[in-house]
Amino acid sequence: MTLAQQGDRRPVRWLSWFVSDDPPGRIPLNIFMLAILLVLAFAPFLFPGTKALGVSARICIFVILVASYDLMLGYTGIVSFAHTMFFGIGAYGVAIMLAKGWVGWGAVVLGATAGAAVAAVIAALIGMLSLRLRAIFFSMITLAIASFAQIVAEQWRNLTGGEDGLTFSVPAILRPSFHLFAKPVLGITVNGPVITYYIAFAVALILFLIMLRVVNSPLGLVLRAIRENEFRVEAMGYQVVAYRTLVCVLSAVMAALAGALMALVLRYNGPDVTLSFSLMIDILLMVVIGGMGSLYGAVIGSIVVVLAEYYLQNVLASISAAIVGMPVMSALFHPDRWLLWLGIIFVLIVTFLPQGIFGRLRSRR
Amino acid sequence: MTGDVPALSTRDLTIRFGGQIAVNAVTCAFHRGTLTAIVGPNGAGKTTYFNLISGQLTPTYGSISLFGKDITRMGAPHRTRLGLGRAFQLINLYPSLTVFENVRLAVQSVAQIRFDFLSIAARDSQVRQQTQHWLDRVKLGPRANLIAAALSHGDQRKLEVAILLALEPQVLMFDEPTAGMSLDEIPTILDLIEEIKQETHKTVLLVEHRMDVVTRLADRIIVLQDGMLIADGAPAEVVALPVVQQAYLGVQQNAAAHGEALQ
Ligand SMILES: Nc1ncnc2c1ncn2[C@@H]1O[C@H](COP(=O)(O)OP(=O)(O)OP(=O)(O)O)[C@@H](O)[C@H]1O
Ligand SMILES: [Mg+2]
Repeated sequence: MTLAQQGDRRPVRWLSWFVSDDPPGRIPLNIFMLAILLVLAFAPFLFPGTKALGVSARICIFVILVASYDLMLGYTGIVSFAHTMFFGIGAYGVAIMLAKGWVGWGAVVLGATAGAAVAAVIAALIGMLSLRLRAIFFSMITLAIASFAQIVAEQWRNLTGGEDGLTFSVPAILRPSFHLFAKPVLGITVNGPVITYYIAFAVALILFLIMLRVVNSPLGLVLRAIRENEFRVEAMGYQVVAYRTLVCVLSAVMAALAGALMALVLRYNGPDVTLSFSLMIDILLMVVIGGMGSLYGAVIGSIVVVLAEYYLQNVLASISAAIVGMPVMSALFHPDRWLLWLGIIFVLIVTFLPQGIFGRLRSRR
Repeated sequence: MTGDVPALSTRDLTIRFGGQIAVNAVTCAFHRGTLTAIVGPNGAGKTTYFNLISGQLTPTYGSISLFGKDITRMGAPHRTRLGLGRAFQLINLYPSLTVFENVRLAVQSVAQIRFDFLSIAARDSQVRQQTQHWLDRVKLGPRANLIAAALSHGDQRKLEVAILLALEPQVLMFDEPTAGMSLDEIPTILDLIEEIKQETHKTVLLVEHRMDVVTRLADRIIVLQDGMLIADGAPAEVVALPVVQQAYLGVQQNAAAHGEALQ
């Protein structure tokens, strides 16, 4: 605050506007989060290779997906299991448009818009359900609706390609064969997938900042109040159902846009990649590991879980290679046990850091 | 806006919980500029009467009107917007929001900032000043940035009152606002209620057990017992009634005498 006392607050105030006056925390934590932002911004150059690019893109997309889920779970206290459904709807929107032979940006934009619109309508209907249902029944109904969506995607083969999914061509500049520059930049060929990554990164950053604005807006305060004491919110003149519905819609639209990005990145979409229940579990893991009720937690959670999913096997492989002589131990560290280790990490975090990794970092004095 | 239409009135207001009639055919009108105390033993139905008026419960029978408008079937949020405000008997706050945010929600509601999701709430200086004003009025200004759960019981009660004031209601209902407060904190609340009473257009309903407080503040006292309105009048008259003496001094009377007092 010494800066403020000197009357030289303008640049700080302006920067702060971007994060809606809600920076991650104190200066070291702000620097840490800024470093993450920079690493993601230069990921294609820092970590060359197709796999690393895929992992980085997945992190960006999951930041949107997890942050939007946290709007409901952590901020408003709504437990929904239908979030992957909205992700899938967005992905199918783009996939169906492109797979049906219309290759171009028009198809991408139309597909993403249509996906977001369908997601919004379904979310509005689900949100209104919360008018009459107790929380637990609401959650169960979202689970049923999500399973139904999965069945529809698997059975409606003409449209969705069934269990095989849809493979399609993306616009020319997003294809691997497209090179933006004749020569490599910093040793990296800026090809279609790199451009796709930057689209995902930019969209994720913008949507994240929008969500950060929402939670720090007057409406965001009402959402947190609903989580705390919805009865009192009503007595203050706010119609709780309207807010629940609104947050469901907003969250669903964000998830659908994340899905659209996923389709562009993978150039494929099927029920396993965007609709499966294990994806829903991943989202829950990320929210809890990162920290519920703080959007920055979504960033940490996405990074930790996605990296674990992709690299834990490699880490285990090198550990078990190093201790190959010890019979029980090497079996325990066998790469196939990665899910077990992920589970252990999860249990440890929930036990020792109930407010999640980011929540813990933020509350440090 | 003549003085003839009561600010608030209930007609034959009744609610039944299973076999029990918690509020039984209560007909009563409350006029602008008056402070009415509602007294009665524990379980008499005072809080339930408030719940019916503010819309937390739906009556089995009877009707409620606010400034001549029937609000019997109206939801709680709408009643609040029409000027009905309520402080709760049991602490009813947002425990992990800050004291400031607790009141800011009420200020936002009055300013009709309902669905603004793209501006930074903390930068609205008008809302901020107004929120600070209400906090200062209940002497919670210095505690603004604590979370509500960290407040002492007495301060939580003050916060409850600050929220009520911030909603700027025309009709204010206080349900035992001083319950559980330490003796030195009680005057803050009572002085506030007295100040509100000076604003002549406000209508105040006050449930309070302490007879000294009631007789000092109230223009009128109504007595509820077993859900029924059994007495209604000026403080001095009502306090002298045998039925009130019985309820408050524990004087044992037989049922027949009780019945006579009712009439
Ligand atoms: N939601 C409810 N369901 C069932 N019974 C209820 C409910 N609310 C209140 N009651 C019953 O109605 C009666 C009146 O309760 P109420 O809380 O209105 O009394 P009160 O006059 O406010 O008492 P106190 O002075 O203790 O606050 C009690 O017997 C109570 O048990
Ligand atoms: Mg009561």
